[in-house]
Amino acid sequence: MALKNENGRGIMLSMVDAIHENKQYLGDIDGLIGDGDHGMNMNKGFMTYKERLGDDEVSFTEGLDDLGMILLNEIGGSMGPIYGTIFMDMAEAAEDEEEITLEIFGNMLEAGLNGLYDIVDARPGDKTLVDTLEPCVRCIKEAAAAGTDFKEALLKMKEAAETGRDSTKDMVAKYGRSSRLGERSRGVLDAGATSCCIILTAMADGMIAAID
Amino acid sequence: MQRILNDPDNIVDEMLEGFVKTHGDIVKTTSHPRVIAAVSAPTEGKVGVVTGGGSGHKPAFIGYIGKNMCDAAAVGEICSSPTAQAFLEAFKAADGGAGVACLYGNYSGDNMNVKMAVKMAKKEGLTVKTVVANDDVASAPKETPEKRRGVAGEILMWKCGGAKAAKGGSLDEVIAAAQKAIDHTRSIGIGLSPCTLPAVGHPNFEIKDGTMEVGIGHHGEPGIEVCPLETAAQMAERMVNVVLPDYPFVEGDEVVVLVSGLGATPVMELYVLYNEVEKLLSARGIKIHRSYVGNYFTSLDMMGATLTVMKLDDELRELIDMDCYTMGLKQI
Repeated sequence: MALKNENGRGIMLSMVDAIHENKQYLGDIDGLIGDGDHGMNMNKGFMTYKERLGDDEVSFTEGLDDLGMILLNEIGGSMGPIYGTIFMDMAEAAEDEEEITLEIFGNMLEAGLNGLYDIVDARPGDKTLVDTLEPCVRCIKEAAAAGTDFKEALLKMKEAAETGRDSTKDMVAKYGRSSRLGERSRGVLDAGATSCCIILTAMADGMIAAID
Repeated sequence: MQRILNDPDNIVDEMLEGFVKTHGDIVKTTSHPRVIAAVSAPTEGKVGVVTGGGSGHKPAFIGYIGKNMCDAAAVGEICSSPTAQAFLEAFKAADGGAGVACLYGNYSGDNMNVKMAVKMAKKEGLTVKTVVANDDVASAPKETPEKRRGVAGEILMWKCGGAKAAKGGSLDEVIAAAQKAIDHTRSIGIGLSPCTLPAVGHPNFEIKDGTMEVGIGHHGEPGIEVCPLETAAQMAERMVNVVLPDYPFVEGDEVVVLVSGLGATPVMELYVLYNEVEKLLSARGIKIHRSYVGNYFTSLDMMGATLTVMKLDDELRELIDMDCYTMGLKQI
């Protein structure tokens, strides 16, 4: 079972809609220990992408590349370079593929994580989006090695994303704006880990629908 | 929230349009919509001085573009770093062939985007060196200066770096002067009310009536202590007691003092605060060479103020005293 790369439109729109619906929620979470602009900036970038896409069809990898470019070149902040790098490196890892297998998807996620590691010092346990992304990479790589069904693996990845997001609640931030709070950052979800969970969940949902 | 707005999502672009219309004798637009440059930029043979940061801090950052200060600035969304592309275009707008000094504040987004922009510039054969301001003593312990944020002290860094470039300093000399300026500078803020991002519409953190937050950041980053609201004299004492020992500033030192409002505090009150600060410094035998009081580096509609103190030596005195002409700072 595989995903045709050309069927990217539904996946991309699933991601855009999820961010749009959670704009306020992300802003509120960010406001607790950050500056409250996370939802707004992410929404602006994702909506710009949707507007430019219009009624066009797009492959999954082209879609990720286009969205990444918009975030990197037009949104800025911290999330522009962070998500821009993740999406563009994911796209690059599979740009020539007609079919995205579970193994290829694992490589894409891994490339995204490695790209992120090149620009940030954060690692698992530091209360950042790495705590959501890294378990998802591991989940998909392991599922691919075990020969798990693609859809089943994506459902597992959604669980891994939620567990990863929730794990940030009891962590103390070491990077980003909330790191200056030290102990005061404990007890609150990390906004980046939360948006990463929303994005990966929507990506998985869009992929599951596209696999049919 | 009662504000002068059209669509809050367009506030930055509309503000920029208005700014350039008002200050057309000082600044101009560039090919990038989020880059503003000095009318004279680039100046052949002069080191270009660039800064940049999120919006909502007026007059920072574009208000310090102009004669003998910054040549160009990259403009971000409200409280959000400009893009790497915007920083790169600002470098190009400022480049007079002698390299570019990018002088900015220590925030994770700015660090990432500047880092990417410096790499992109290098590929295009443009040399850019950076100084990262970290004057906010409340944002991290003294032992971890790399974690401290940049606040109003950035203005003194731009003043000294810009003056050094204007005097014909090389890129390394400009960088050294800017680094020295920020290394000699310490700041602290006190917040009396939260700020509201126009597109969000409600304050995203709380400062209860009757309390104040000591050490608050320029984006409402929580400070070191929340305590009952005090008199101006007590606030000044609290601020001075954190700032002076950190450097430390001692008897006989000659300093520059900058008291900046955070946006919604009446300027009248800033002078009341400065008056108290001056008494405390004088009592300790610290000589104030020059002082600035006003809304120099704000945080949207936050109430409160920052205190910044910079210790002078002969070089910094000469740079601080040089004339300049920008929207935010005009000095003869």
